[in-house]
Amino acid sequence: MATAASVPAPRGIIRRPTATTGWLSWFTTIDHKKIGLLYGFSAFAFFIIGGLEALLIRAQLAKPDNTLLNADQYNQIFTMHGLTMIFLFVMPMSAAFFNYMIPLMIGARDVAFPRLNAFSYWVFLLGGLFLYSSWFLGGAPNGGWFGYPPNSTTDPTIGMTFYALGLIITGLASSAGAINLAVTVVNMRAPGMTLFRMPVFVWMGLVVQFLLVFALPIITVALFEMLFDRRWGTHFFDPTAGGRPLLWQNLFWLFAHPEVYILILPAFGIISEILPVFSRKPLFGYQFVVFSGIAIGFIGFGVWAHHMFAVGLGPVANTAFGITTAIIAVPTGIKIFNWMGTMYGGDIHFDTPMLMAVGAVAMFVIGGLSGVTHAVVPSDYQQTDTYYVVAHFHYVLFGGAVFGLFGGVFYWWPKIFARQLDERWGKVQFWIMLIGFNLTFGPMHILGLGGMIRREYTYPASLGLTFWNQVSTVGAYLIALSTLVFVVNAVKTQRTAKGLANEDPWDARTLEWTTSCPPPVYNFEEIPVVHSIDEFWHRKYAEDKEGRLIRVPAGASDHAAADGHGGAIHLPTPSFWPLIAAVGLPTIAYGVLYSWWLVGAGALVTVIGFMGWAMEPPVAE
Amino acid sequence: MADTTAHAAPVEHTSTGLPSTKLAMWLFLASECLLFGALITTYVLYRGASTTGPYPSEIFDIRYTSVSSFVLLASSLTMVLSLTAAEKRDFARMRLWLVATALLGMTFVGGQVYEFTSFYHEGLSLTTNLFGTTFYVLTGFHGVHVTVGILMLLSLVGMSWAGRLPDDQAFPVEMVGLYWHFVDIVWIVIFTVVYLIPQAKPAG
Amino acid sequence: MRRTRWWILALLALTLLLVACSKTAPQNTMNPHGPTAQTEKNLLVLVLWPAAAVFLVVEGGILLISIRLRHRKDRDRMPPQIHGNTRLEIGWTIAPAIVLAVIMVPTVSTIWQLARQPADAMQITVEGYQWWWGFRYTDPDMAVNYGDHDAIVTADVLVIPTGRTIDLSLTSLGGGAHSTAGVPDHQVIHSFWAPQLFGKQDVIPGETNHIVFSADDPGIYSGQCAEFCGLQHGKMKFRIRALDEADWQRWVANEKSPSVQPNDGLAQQGMDLFLGVNGVGGQCIQCHAVGGTDAAGTAAPNLTHFAAATHECFAGCDFESFLNGNPNAADLKAWLADPNAVKLGAKMPDYGLTEQQIDALVAYLYSLT
Repeated sequence: MATAASVPAPRGIIRRPTATTGWLSWFTTIDHKKIGLLYGFSAFAFFIIGGLEALLIRAQLAKPDNTLLNADQYNQIFTMHGLTMIFLFVMPMSAAFFNYMIPLMIGARDVAFPRLNAFSYWVFLLGGLFLYSSWFLGGAPNGGWFGYPPNSTTDPTIGMTFYALGLIITGLASSAGAINLAVTVVNMRAPGMTLFRMPVFVWMGLVVQFLLVFALPIITVALFEMLFDRRWGTHFFDPTAGGRPLLWQNLFWLFAHPEVYILILPAFGIISEILPVFSRKPLFGYQFVVFSGIAIGFIGFGVWAHHMFAVGLGPVANTAFGITTAIIAVPTGIKIFNWMGTMYGGDIHFDTPMLMAVGAVAMFVIGGLSGVTHAVVPSDYQQTDTYYVVAHFHYVLFGGAVFGLFGGVFYWWPKIFARQLDERWGKVQFWIMLIGFNLTFGPMHILGLGGMIRREYTYPASLGLTFWNQVSTVGAYLIALSTLVFVVNAVKTQRTAKGLANEDPWDARTLEWTTSCPPPVYNFEEIPVVHSIDEFWHRKYAEDKEGRLIRVPAGASDHAAADGHGGAIHLPTPSFWPLIAAVGLPTIAYGVLYSWWLVGAGALVTVIGFMGWAMEPPVAE
Repeated sequence: MADTTAHAAPVEHTSTGLPSTKLAMWLFLASECLLFGALITTYVLYRGASTTGPYPSEIFDIRYTSVSSFVLLASSLTMVLSLTAAEKRDFARMRLWLVATALLGMTFVGGQVYEFTSFYHEGLSLTTNLFGTTFYVLTGFHGVHVTVGILMLLSLVGMSWAGRLPDDQAFPVEMVGLYWHFVDIVWIVIFTVVYLIPQAKPAG
Repeated sequence: MRRTRWWILALLALTLLLVACSKTAPQNTMNPHGPTAQTEKNLLVLVLWPAAAVFLVVEGGILLISIRLRHRKDRDRMPPQIHGNTRLEIGWTIAPAIVLAVIMVPTVSTIWQLARQPADAMQITVEGYQWWWGFRYTDPDMAVNYGDHDAIVTADVLVIPTGRTIDLSLTSLGGGAHSTAGVPDHQVIHSFWAPQLFGKQDVIPGETNHIVFSADDPGIYSGQCAEFCGLQHGKMKFRIRALDEADWQRWVANEKSPSVQPNDGLAQQGMDLFLGVNGVGGQCIQCHAVGGTDAAGTAAPNLTHFAAATHECFAGCDFESFLNGNPNAADLKAWLADPNAVKLGAKMPDYGLTEQQIDALVAYLYSLT
């Protein structure tokens, strides 16, 4: 019988990679920090692409009866803009932060399943590339990100089949990632890091992972049903055979409303980290913020039909979902007030991360308030499917999420790259972005109330809304300019800026700042022992008799003397198998489109990948 | 996906004291519950909604499917026996029961393939009507899950044989067992909803 | 910082002002012309007040805190470390909950109010096609006076009497859908919306939804499909023409009668071509109907009174039927010559008509008053 001591040396077709540097190491890495970076870079690339699509949309709508794009091109572009920003930018960008920061913030050396983590990333990337390959293979998805059948199931072009397959693949990536990160938070915390000592970012991360675990299977089923309808002529959403198109809408929004919180809660977490650091005060009402996040997670599953007020569910359902939608505004409001409470009385340093975070709160409030008008069901009969809704969710998802994520980028850049992004450029970016954002999406409230529907590729001058469309277009190009400023700043910083003089540049509060910048492969030389919320802060400061804070001389605190487990650090070895297993999945998807042989080949590759993975010990000796 | 620090360090230090793999497996199965939940909901929603035949009552052979269901349930028993053997470090017997479990699973899947074929010959295809659509997709998804389970069982046997399992062989067996029992329980629900609850042929 | 915020505020105030005042925008929801749209607008305005208050408190608060408490170089201080205040937090949990509860009271009652279908309402069935709207007047006294005495059927323009309550039944199961490879491609989800008269309701294959509304004043109200329905979703428009009682009676009388037989030679040729009587043409009647003739297709607009003055636009209201009171022959000719060229993806096929044939058909169609 084999025992642990006598596990035979790895054998097989591929020699196990061991290098942790060099270009090849990026393909085999299982280090959560490198994977976080991969997520970040990929997501940013998709952000640029999705942004260019948005610019095309705004260019087309810059004047009435424009012919820059035809209906077909426009429908593909607005669909891909939505899919890209949601599934290929905000979700993976959040995953980037979760991957990089959660282990550092809870005092762990890696995530629970490092190779599964790599697998998630590769599946996400390949799924995104698969989706984008549709442009070259007969046309991109053209039925909207919501893909309502029967339009999506009867459309004669191939796009929506790519949609179904592509989202199944990226969904798989998110599911695997979510299980991994949830287990990491639940199980890998440093000694003393109880649940209620976790940073709020970690809490929001945990809520998001649970939302993903429970929401994704629902959309997966809906997507499979759509795929079967499109590819094999089944009747799930076919009204001529008794099928009900509304089944899709219920399944879709049962996923897609929690998805909204999947997109926004990571930003909420980042804001909750940044505000205390730059106000030099603890988060106001930590437990309220945490519990409101959890409440949002739960209630988020009970409001899906507010996307369907106009589909004729009847007054009973509309009343019920109107009320639940009003209820979910309460925990959201709690967060806003607690953030204000955090800033109140503080000594507020407006460095770029703080500007971004405060900007996110201010903009999110506007999106939240227009959200309340949607809960007023009869008023929503007018607003739904107009630009008013487009304005609403961009205030939430751009104003809230994107500003928040940029805040995270500026806040953690020194941690990750050991350089500080230029503050002046950062502030220029912020103000251009804030102004551009409001010029783009503010007028959309007017456009919507003025009767402009969503997803129309052009509008007549007689609609009387040309001026505000032009303002919006100008705003969009300002946002593009601000993004360019960021890219310049990032490149310039990495080229010229010197290393950090101070490894704790913001005087931060949480554990990730206790290690070097960037952190060593093993994160912590010794696993920290945690005694309170804001552990790092309390190692730096103590209260005197009058309750004032005094700085503890370095090394004098008994907290600082980590009494962790120490000992030899075992880190998992890089591996090819996650990448190999991941490559099989888009291969299967292409097979579904073109040939059963390809399905077989893809399945074989995936099974071989998993087999190799299972046979390979996590740590090579 | 047996990827855990449990393999590297037999005594795993976790916040909850539970092995991470076990937590992950539970989360995975919770997610799977919603997957099958959505599929079963679709089936139930479309009960009696077919506009043409054949209808379930014309085509089901409850006795045949009962037997194959019993075979699948029996495989849960052999799975338990395998785990018991593993815990007693009787690895030969453990492998024997694993093989038995896989064989029972294969019998079930084989039965399903036969059932599908005979239904097809009686005129029910994936595209015939809503019943065909929902029936094949729901039971097909389940069949794929059983097949994946069989692959996992056989892999366990192979790895145990080759001495590539960690010292504590009971752990991976327990994990695969969790999955296997889950798939069995789901079948009980599907069998009840699809086969046992009678579904009248729509009038006209 | 301060200037931008005020700027945003001013912009928002301006927004409401402009939206409220803009009478020229024909789809302005803030300028209702019927009780349904009025009720919906009132509710929005009602909510905007507390929303504006919250907006001012929160944004003003953030602004004030940001300015007053910003770090100054000459003032190095460590703020008091306040972790929270349970009473305060419970307060700002309960206060918004109360405001929301208050808002929900009129909301819920309005939901039920709008869902009521009065028995004496005029019944009209709305049929959504890709990409145009058909209207079927199903009240018994609205049957035509020829043939099978079926309902009056029109396309693109919904004509209604002012002040009468109308109950629209919305369906996407219009008869005789086109099909591509056995898949009917007319049956997708639409949404029926005339912003100045009523908020939208979706038009879903296999389901029937209702909109109950009336128009206060005679006039033209524009509307369009609001749920993405494929390629030409943006150009699936319609108009509602509200007529006073006398005009309405005249319109009904005209619609009830069959199409007039053309008497000039070119229009006659066009009719022959349309109906295919001489073995030439006849494709039109596979999809179109013209009351009083053999044309009885149901997959495309009913053309019985194509040239009636109220039929202001055609092909999903993409084109005006009349320009300054004269037939818009140019657009109709272009449409007949190659529908796909003027409306990408249009379901009407290009039959390769000659110029002469097109002229004849245009003459015929414009004879159908």
